[in-house]
Amino acid sequence: MDRKAISEKHLDAFKETANIGAGHAATALSTLLNKPMDMSVPQVDLVPFEEMNERLGGGEAVVVAAFLQVEGDVTGSLFFMLSLDGASSLVQELTSNLEEPLKTPPYSSMALSAFNEVGNILAGSYLSALAEFTKLRLYPTVSQTVVDMAMAIVSHGLIAHSMHSDYALVIDTKMTEKGCDKNKMNGHFFFLPDPKSFQPLLQSLGVQLDG
Amino acid sequence: MDNIVKVSMADLKMTTPPMKLRTMGLGSCVGIVVYDEKTNDCGMAHIMLPTSKLCKPENLNRAKYADTAIHDLLLNLKKKGAQLSSLKAKIAGGAQMFAYSNSSESMRIGPRNIEAVKEELKINRIPIVSEDVGGKNGRTIEFNSMTFKLEIRTINQEMKVI
Repeated sequence: MDRKAISEKHLDAFKETANIGAGHAATALSTLLNKPMDMSVPQVDLVPFEEMNERLGGGEAVVVAAFLQVEGDVTGSLFFMLSLDGASSLVQELTSNLEEPLKTPPYSSMALSAFNEVGNILAGSYLSALAEFTKLRLYPTVSQTVVDMAMAIVSHGLIAHSMHSDYALVIDTKMTEKGCDKNKMNGHFFFLPDPKSFQPLLQSLGVQLDG
Repeated sequence: MDNIVKVSMADLKMTTPPMKLRTMGLGSCVGIVVYDEKTNDCGMAHIMLPTSKLCKPENLNRAKYADTAIHDLLLNLKKKGAQLSSLKAKIAGGAQMFAYSNSSESMRIGPRNIEAVKEELKINRIPIVSEDVGGKNGRTIEFNSMTFKLEIRTINQEMKVI
């Protein structure tokens, strides 16, 4: 993929689509937690590999991440990531558990499994909204949850990109609890569509790749 | 912190004492260090894929692939006057962060990267002095060009020195 082939117009189209998906995912999360969730307008960029680490919080930021692959007309990787503290609060809320299950290792497998389920649900609503809007087929694989360095986790999703380019199209949506300043539950929804999916995705939005 | 040369993903850097080489967040990627024991010249590459053979040559980032990255590391060291016989290697990374699923070959990329790196070093007769590869966890590595020690950090584990 040539980086120049992707213009501002294309990024806007991606942003529009992601906004719809993220809206549905935020609603799903609100329902799960029974409290209103806010989400940012998605940030859509072509990020060079060498800047990816900074983008993920730099250093050796450790996160809890649910990862799944997208299959169908559009393929790619989807990550739902939270800091350890954030994931801990999320699981706490969800299970009404008073302990902080993901604060320190060994991490409770029940807590990780609950987090993974949240990942599944959010990804499902994100993708089904996208599918409905674009009339494309998008299926999530079952998600897997790991606790590790953000960079190491996301690099896994970059392998598909790395065969074609040194950039990744990153669609990043932040999710936060509404009206809560000191926000712990600061989640990121990271969608990395594979380069070969740019064309069908844009086409479905009525935007041409070379124009 | 000033004496650290940062190596990004799909990147290759050379250095000399007193500098250290560091790369962060190695997942299925592999960090390769090749150093000259006599001159202390050294280089580190952070590769993502096993081979450049499937890639179009016009937009080839040589540091991204095991074969081309190792080739360049050796070439850079030779340019500095290194004898091939005094070169040594240390490698780390190649984890399999997620469980294997047959739907995608890319899931197995960690083990394939390790294999490719070892094969390429063997072809060039560069001995691997020590390694910390495989497993499930991400790694951050730092190579000291004075002591030739490679420090490996993994979450929730003590730092390893190899």
